[in-house]
Amino acid sequence: MRTEGRPARRRKRRGKRAAYLVLLYAAAVLTAVIVLAPFAWLLISSVASPVDLLARPLKWIPSHISFDRYTSIFHAGTNDAAADFRSGMINSTIIASSSVAISMAVGIFGAYAFARIDFRFRRTSLLFFLSTYMLPPIAILIPLYLTMVRLHLLDTKIGLIVVYCSFITPFVLWILSGHFRTIPRDLEDAARIDGASRLGALFRVTLPLARSGLLATALFGFLLAWDEFLYALIFTSSAQAKTIPVAIAEFQGRFTVDFGLVAAGGILAAIPPLLIAFAFQRYIVSGLSSGAVKG
Amino acid sequence: MNGLDDLSRRDFLKLSAAGAGMASMGAILAACSNEAGQGTTTLNALFMQQAAYSNTDVQGMVDAFQKANPKIAVKPTFVAYESLHDKIVTAAPAGTYDVVLIDVIWPPEFATKNEIIDVTDKFPSNWTSEIFPGALQTAQYQDKFYGVPWILDTKYFFYNKDILKAAGVKSAPKTWDDVFAAAKQIKSKHIIQYPLIWSWAQAEAVICDYAQLLGAYGGQFLDSSGKPAFNTGGGLTALEIMKRSIDDGTTNPASAESLETDVVKIVSQGQAAMALNWTFMFSLANDPSQSQVAGNVVVAHTPSGPSGAAPGCNGSMALSIGSGSQHKDEAWKFIEFITSQDIQDQYAKLSLPIWKSSYDEPEVVNTLPEVVAVAKTQLNDMILRPQVPSYNEASAALQLEIQSALTGSKSPKQALDAAADAWGGLLQA
Amino acid sequence: MPGAAGTALLLLIPSLIVVFGIVVYPLGRTLYTSFFDVNSPFPGHYPFLGLGNYRRTFTNPAFWAAIRRTAYFTMVSTWFELLLGILLALLLNARFHGRGILRAIVILPWALPTIVNGLMWRWIFNPEYGALNALLTQLHVISNYRSWLGSPFLALNMVIVADVWKTTPLAAFLLLAGLQTIPRELHEAARVDGAGAVRGFFRVTLPLLVPSILIILVVRTIEAFKVFDIIYIMTRGGPANGTQSIAYYAYIQAFSNQLFGYGSALAYVIALFILGFALIYMRLLRTEFAY
Repeated sequence: MRTEGRPARRRKRRGKRAAYLVLLYAAAVLTAVIVLAPFAWLLISSVASPVDLLARPLKWIPSHISFDRYTSIFHAGTNDAAADFRSGMINSTIIASSSVAISMAVGIFGAYAFARIDFRFRRTSLLFFLSTYMLPPIAILIPLYLTMVRLHLLDTKIGLIVVYCSFITPFVLWILSGHFRTIPRDLEDAARIDGASRLGALFRVTLPLARSGLLATALFGFLLAWDEFLYALIFTSSAQAKTIPVAIAEFQGRFTVDFGLVAAGGILAAIPPLLIAFAFQRYIVSGLSSGAVKG
Repeated sequence: MNGLDDLSRRDFLKLSAAGAGMASMGAILAACSNEAGQGTTTLNALFMQQAAYSNTDVQGMVDAFQKANPKIAVKPTFVAYESLHDKIVTAAPAGTYDVVLIDVIWPPEFATKNEIIDVTDKFPSNWTSEIFPGALQTAQYQDKFYGVPWILDTKYFFYNKDILKAAGVKSAPKTWDDVFAAAKQIKSKHIIQYPLIWSWAQAEAVICDYAQLLGAYGGQFLDSSGKPAFNTGGGLTALEIMKRSIDDGTTNPASAESLETDVVKIVSQGQAAMALNWTFMFSLANDPSQSQVAGNVVVAHTPSGPSGAAPGCNGSMALSIGSGSQHKDEAWKFIEFITSQDIQDQYAKLSLPIWKSSYDEPEVVNTLPEVVAVAKTQLNDMILRPQVPSYNEASAALQLEIQSALTGSKSPKQALDAAADAWGGLLQA
Repeated sequence: MPGAAGTALLLLIPSLIVVFGIVVYPLGRTLYTSFFDVNSPFPGHYPFLGLGNYRRTFTNPAFWAAIRRTAYFTMVSTWFELLLGILLALLLNARFHGRGILRAIVILPWALPTIVNGLMWRWIFNPEYGALNALLTQLHVISNYRSWLGSPFLALNMVIVADVWKTTPLAAFLLLAGLQTIPRELHEAARVDGAGAVRGFFRVTLPLLVPSILIILVVRTIEAFKVFDIIYIMTRGGPANGTQSIAYYAYIQAFSNQLFGYGSALAYVIALFILGFALIYMRLLRTEFAY
């Protein structure tokens, strides 16, 4: 293309650039639509009247909006599905945050060992921890159930917390050990020369620097616990321990007709994890990049 | 840097303390709830959510019982029907529940595995004549009683009288032939696309619909020697009819993924003219706040086959005593109380009583006159699904094969033969 | 350093207790149960079958059918999540106005609880009132409402759609994390070399993303092979067992049919399958990390 002059080439490049931008924004809009549309429909379903929801052709915009279903979930009698739902929210919050707190508390030390101490079978033992993740829950469900019975932990929050810690902790070890390794060792060594103990150095130097990793790990753990279904389904039955996924699954029992109520319940159940995920959004990628990916 | 350091550490400690605090709080709560007052017995009772009696109704019965028996406290737990069976199984070794609600298809399984107890000795002999025979069967296995029937239900025939009228169908369908003829007429006049909707999803629901057709066409699940017999005669005809009505477009293809609630919705929207369903559909489909066709949905006896047989699928439930219960006598007292005619008559609005004479009581008749009128005869004419210990496995095999035929991957005969084969192995074991 | 192993052990003891204190006994107990014909949840004496339950597993066509479906679910969902995840990660890594908002939006499916996700898609796929039928007919893509979860193979694919929608964001974030560790100079070097955007991606970016890709493959394969919740809530294994995953099959055998011995054997077989997959991928991982 010798004959082409400079302005022409620049024009061409500018054209290419414009096409790229159009493509980029189109892709961004398309992504946003695909991600938001199903959720938006859930949201609309929760406030539209049953008549609108079942209309054909479907009315995308409800003729009137009503928050009755939300109020009915919060104000209905004390002994029904709505009450189970309310206690489910509280139980899930307690169970998920306690499981994360405990898993983080024990996992930090383990992760530190994996990151900073050279010992034989270091890699193997980390894999050993991670291998528990491969077990289908059904592999331990029945005997675990019987153990729970014997220890009087069945249908209690503590019972679920204990079980949840067993699968969140390996995860904490994995992500955090990768994260700790990205923090320069020299800083810790310097602290130790100044007289700090190994643990002192961990708490004073490493943990503050690993904040994004800690937050990302806690976030992941929280979502894992909030999402868990099978153990909760089998191990809990009353309002004192039943978690939100189980309560939601029961919301659509075989005789519930109004999907809007299920939608409202679903949205309420999604609010805590969504809020937490949005709040710690910026830590997700940074936490992953230094933790999991480099691990 | 130092400030941040301290802050983080404090935050971290706070977080752990909060976690530990919450955990110990849970422990205290758990401990408290297990304690009962001095001298009182606490019964744990397992019910299901959102069918027949509402949770509020059950709580009302419990309150009445506690008032009459101040020494016994009852703690009801409600789970979805879908998890009821598994909950009873998993809770059995722990003896968690003193009273459990069981479906009509479970007594053989639970009885042979000792998960519920035989209550024949406690069962007053006059009950056997005062309770509907179909209800009695719910708690019976091999001539012994393993509980007391509580919820009495069957699938009735529902039709939208406006749609039938618009299509020029003169009289209400009485036989299955009438039903399919009416469906063709409605379809050919383009009044609605699919006149029939069924609950044929892979679940117990499809077996109930199938059972009702099988019964009408003179079929049997098992022959007199206990061998599978649904792959010939009426059983085969039933599945052939089901498949044909999908093929000729009178049945909504969505039936293969629909449960009873979906049927209610579709009929309530005026998108189907006829359907089988449990009692609960009557009130919902005629409720103007939820239904477009309120007032038009009529409940009737299930249609009959060529011989005039028209049994409804027995969908009753009973209350049993868990084998691990430490308070079997109190549990019996509670069951006796909430299955009593007094209580059942009071709460007849959502679930009809098991007692024959209730159907002449004004208190009951006036709650749902249309349903009671039909129920009186239909409840005397019911078909029972086979009472075998491995019912769940057998039912799953039949569900699978019925669906294979409906989705066209097998012919009805091939499908039912395969199911009968599977049953052969299961019934022997 | 002689005390290193001791210190490490000391630091690892809390984790060991929390994890293996819970897992070890049930695992052993399940293995033990898998050799007996246990047909009720009660402790007691049951006939010893040796490897009978395992033989029953491997000779059962229903087991193999469930394995095939689960393998299909695993392969298709994992690879879609990976491919879409790469595209999404590239998009989220590009510079444009509103990138921050898009990143926030994309988190939504990932944070949505699985049970809610299953309910939502079941409602969207509803044959009579679902938004999908409404949308497609209003756009004149299809002329009549149709059933989405009513035929076996289609239903399996629709469950995959729901799963991919929820999990692609996580794959994208992992890949984005990988992308951000790639020095910008490498891209610029590639550009100076005259490589086009597409060739640059395959020559420079993709090879450096391999660790992230392998993590996604391993993690998602393990999770997809264990799939239970979304099946339970969307289809309960139907129609005609078309969506019955192996974990769901095992659950039914143990709790619905009370065949605890057989169910335990199945659980071990599932774990072995997953271990097999994981070992293959981990071997790949290790070779990747070697250089």
